[in-house]
Order: sequence, then C-alpha cells, then structure tokens
Amino acid sequence: MRFKAIVYVKLKEGYSDPEGETTAKALKGLGYKVIDVRVSKAYRILLEAADAAEAERLIEEMSQRLLSNPTKDDYRYEISEVEC
Amino acid sequence: MRRHEIKILIMRAPGTNCDTETYRSFKNLGVQVSVIHTQKIFKEKNLLDYDIIIFPGGFSYGDYVRSGAIWAKECEYKIGTELSKFVESGRPVIGICNGFQMLVEMGFLPGFQGKSKYPEAALGNNSYGYQCRWVRIRNVNKGMCPLLKGVPRNMILRIPVAHGEGRFLFPKDKQDAYLEKLYENDQLAFRYVKADGSFPEGEPWDNPNGSFHDIAGICNREGNVLGLMPHPERAYFKWLMPDWTREEGGPEFGDGRYILESIVKYVEKKN
Repeated sequence: MRFKAIVYVKLKEGYSDPEGETTAKALKGLGYKVIDVRVSKAYRILLEAADAAEAERLIEEMSQRLLSNPTKDDYRYEISEVEC
Repeated sequence: MRRHEIKILIMRAPGTNCDTETYRSFKNLGVQVSVIHTQKIFKEKNLLDYDIIIFPGGFSYGDYVRSGAIWAKECEYKIGTELSKFVESGRPVIGICNGFQMLVEMGFLPGFQGKSKYPEAALGNNSYGYQCRWVRIRNVNKGMCPLLKGVPRNMILRIPVAHGEGRFLFPKDKQDAYLEKLYENDQLAFRYVKADGSFPEGEPWDNPNGSFHDIAGICNREGNVLGLMPHPERAYFKWLMPDWTREEGGPEFGDGRYILESIVKYVEKKN
C-alpha cells in the first residue's frame, strides 16, 4: 500500500524563531496587523508500507531519527493512503 | 609517536569548504594529512588507519534539514561502527563549525553517557543571520580534555566564526542539569568572551549567536572528541590575523595554532 505523509517540524515553544520574527516585521511593514509568526518546515513523504499502522511507525521513526532534533523541535504528521 | 608519523584524516563532504585551510595548517605542523571524500571512506571504512579525524567546516549537503544532520546520519549509517570504535580507542575526533554540528547531530557531543541515540543538544540559528567575523574565546577547560593541554588555561584566543547556525542549545527543561553535568565532567572547552576577558552572558556581538552560557566549544566525557564553532584553521598563520600588518615582530603564527598544535602534541606524547 502507498501512503502520503506530511510531517511538520517546528521549533518548540520558548525557543526564539528569528526567521518568524523577521517575517513578522516584514509583514507589519506591508501594513498587516500581524501579531506573531512562527515558521515550520513541512516534508511531504510518499512511502510504501504494509498497512496504516506500519506507515505511522515508519513516519514516527523518520521524524525522530532525522527530521527533528528533540532538543529544539516539535513535530506532528498527517498520514493518508493514496492510490498507486 | 614521532610527529611525521602521525596520520590525520580530514573528511570532506559535499559542501564542506574549509578542508584546504585545515590541510595547510596541519601540514605546517609536520604531520601526514589526507583530505578524503566521505564517499571514499564509506567504501573503504579504513578510519582506524588514522590517528586523528577532522570533520571540517562548511555547509555539508547544503545544510538541508538542519546543519550537519544529513552528514551525521549518513556517517552513522555507513561508518557508524568504525567511527564509534575510533572514538572508543581514545583517538581524537575534532569537529570544526559544520563538523561540530555534525558531531552533535550524531550524538558524540556532549555524549554524557557515551554516544547518545538522539542529539542531546542542538546548534540553532540566531537573530543576526550569518555571522562571519572575529571573536574572542577563552579556554575554560580545567584539564580534563587532553587535547587542550597545550593551550594555556584561561588563555583568550582571537579566532573567526562563520556560521548561520551556531547557537549552542540544550533542551529548555534540562539545560540547568546538563550545564551542571558539563561542569562536573569538565566538558566545557571554549566560551566566548569580551575584550576584557569577562563573559558576555549571551549578549550580542561578543557572543556572536546567543549561544547558551556563551558556549563556543565542548568535548565529550572522555575528552577525545572536541567540537567548536570558531575556525582555528582560519587563524593559524600570523598573516591571517586581522591586525598582522600593524604588529611588528611578535609570533609567527596566529592564535588558532595553539589549538591545532595542542591536538597534535597530544598524539605525539600519547603513543
């Protein structure tokens, strides 16, 4: 079976996000009443797995082993089955 | 071991860009230096033929995902066992800038309980963007790191930094406990300092990246794995120092030589 996962990785609360701060300033400069911006990264991953449970286990493993650093990052993901 | 018998491996990766400076510095110290591409090492897995491994600075794999992350995982997968054996044998492994990020991502640093499965620290980015300039660092190691024996204790060195992600971080909820561990094990190597030798306590300019506790470099518990953000190889020769034309006479070399020579001397004396 084929699955599509979107993994979102963002800085944990409490860590400064210079990219978000700079973007917020720029948006305010454009006249928007922006209060705060936090930047996250999204990875779209297509993968083969036997079933949904295995797909979730693999995505969890990928998130921990490479996509995030547990010191500063939080992650979450959405997984859905796709047609081959 | 005689100096000319010492073999140093500088591991190059796609995107590293400090291999040549590092090569020239060590070559000047009279050791055998090889700059070899990571992919070749992955095939030959001959790490144990060398006495010192250097992971140089640069932007391996375009700093994708996080600085040093892809390089770290690739090394873990392909030469993880050999690299762990090398570290366990007590031989020095040095990470400079991107090399430091890589050793943190790989779990060798801080390595409170040996190599950790997941990183126990991170090198994040800072509010001032890419920083490429001279900073002052102080050798704060109290003697546990044998690689720094040749750098006088508390000596202040002028060395450049060049990074976007160099802000040393611990998990927020554990940072005090981890800092205590660094002190207990004497794992702190270098901290950023002001011109008067005091610590900036995170204040910009003297601390170029908002690094936690002004940390510029740390070593592992055993003291044979050392990582630092500043580039000693870019301050090795006197003519690399910012004021060399103004200073008449004085030493022939820049401050970076203290660190690199100290590492070589350690191997010279040990074997």
